[in-house]
Amino acid sequence: MFTGLFQIYKRELASYFSQLTAYALIVVFLLLSLGFCFSFGHFMEVGDASLEYSFFRWLPWFFMFLVPAVGMRLWSDEYRTGTIELLGTMPVATIAIILGKFLAALSVWSVALVLTFPVWILVNYLGDPDNVLILSSYLGALLVCATFLAVTSLVSAFTRDQVVCLVVSVFFCAVMTLAGYEPVLRSVNSLLPEWAGEVLASATVDEHYRSAVRGHIRWHDLFWFLSMTAACLYGTSIVLNAKRS
Amino acid sequence: MIEVTHLTKEFGHKKAVNNISFTVEKGEVLGFLGPNGAGKSTTMRMITGFIPPSSGEIKVCGYSLLEEPEKAKSCIGYLPESAPLYPEMTVYGFLSFCANMRGLRGGQKKQAIEKVIETCFLQKVVYQGIDTLSKGYQHRTCLAQALIHDPEVLILDEPTDGLDPNQKHEVRKLIRQLGEEKSILFSTHILEEVEAACHRAVIVDLGDIVEDGTPEALREKSGDDSLQTLFRKVTTTEVA
Ligand SMILES: Nc1ncnc2c1ncn2[C@@H]1O[C@H](COP(=O)(O)OP(=O)(O)OP(=O)(O)O)[C@@H](O)[C@H]1O
Ligand SMILES: [Mg+2]
Repeated sequence: MFTGLFQIYKRELASYFSQLTAYALIVVFLLLSLGFCFSFGHFMEVGDASLEYSFFRWLPWFFMFLVPAVGMRLWSDEYRTGTIELLGTMPVATIAIILGKFLAALSVWSVALVLTFPVWILVNYLGDPDNVLILSSYLGALLVCATFLAVTSLVSAFTRDQVVCLVVSVFFCAVMTLAGYEPVLRSVNSLLPEWAGEVLASATVDEHYRSAVRGHIRWHDLFWFLSMTAACLYGTSIVLNAKRS
Repeated sequence: MIEVTHLTKEFGHKKAVNNISFTVEKGEVLGFLGPNGAGKSTTMRMITGFIPPSSGEIKVCGYSLLEEPEKAKSCIGYLPESAPLYPEMTVYGFLSFCANMRGLRGGQKKQAIEKVIETCFLQKVVYQGIDTLSKGYQHRTCLAQALIHDPEVLILDEPTDGLDPNQKHEVRKLIRQLGEEKSILFSTHILEEVEAACHRAVIVDLGDIVEDGTPEALREKSGDDSLQTLFRKVTTTEVA
């Protein structure tokens, strides 16, 4: 199973970098994240050595539309070209195909995150930051990426239409991002019954992400990210298998 | 080698394949004939494990496709009807990926790729991007993918579709030659192809097998020595 997974991972990764997708994504992400850091984040003025307010706080906002934009072709392309029929008749399990594709996309995001290293160098040059904390924040950001990517994969499995997939997954990712903000939560609570507010609050990435950024990522945050991701990927395999029959 | 028993596939209320049974022995080439929508591709998709049957059993090389899908799949080579490919790859890259997926490595892989490039006449386009290939070359690249691991069972869905007359001739020759030691199931709309390459032919219509026999036997049955007459007699002209 793992040889098939690795081969699919390799092919997908090569395909991201042989087309413009990976480069466009990385450049846009760097422009946005670093641009925000130095403008709205007031990086220079506040002297925020942990990068928490100037840099990391904004990342979920970019992920919530950039991750679906890259992930929307995860399955629809395979269906459009019919190559799903090749993969489906090769001796690999569906879950290996899903994991291979998922990990390849996640690797592209890791590259994008790693390439934000200039800010990290800069804070080390200007001040005396807690580098373990920064590392933990990067881990949190990557976990948010993984979660959004898994959500996109699940939505993408449902529809061949990339636009529908993009719109729907951006919606879900936006809900998961926004539901963590007090004003949003308060207005939701005034409109909807209490349990709906609680469901929404438990689906938000923000709380878990924030604890990673503050340096005390807890086991239950890690568990939340991983189980969310696993559930969506497992859902993807159920949908893909059901689609064939 | 291929044993299909009571195979049925329903899409919603529509029966695409209705209780089909047949076998293909080692060293046999079975031609699959039938009008559009008869259920040929659906049957092949079930045999290759792409879609699960509604009911019935499939055994390939002694492995049940439902119980040991990976073992069964590894001895099948499959050319889907639409000849799907990854457009952004080169021919060599694509074949290398398929060889890897089939568990071939190193020198063995290189040899396998060289061999299929030769058998499918791809020498001229080895490093060309697949999206820039002509339709016939794309079809041959996908055929090469089906042969790369030298499988015991070949399932070819309209293997000569879109090929020029020379290539059609070559592919028929190839099927006949490979058929000496493999089991081959291939579908076609060209009736001469059946006589040129098959040991046996099956005609399906609306999901049922309506004729089964050697090309000679079928020709005799037709009354005026032509498969065409028989085909027209046993199949319905309008399709739901
Ligand atoms: N995924 C699907 N959902 C619903 N119906 C389907 C699906 N796939 C095939 N069918 C139906 O099953 C029937 C058999 O289709 P199939 O593709 O097997 O025909 P075929 O014999 O290969 O025809 P052709 O000669 O045109 O290739 C058709 O009526 C088709 O509409
Ligand atoms: Mg067909």
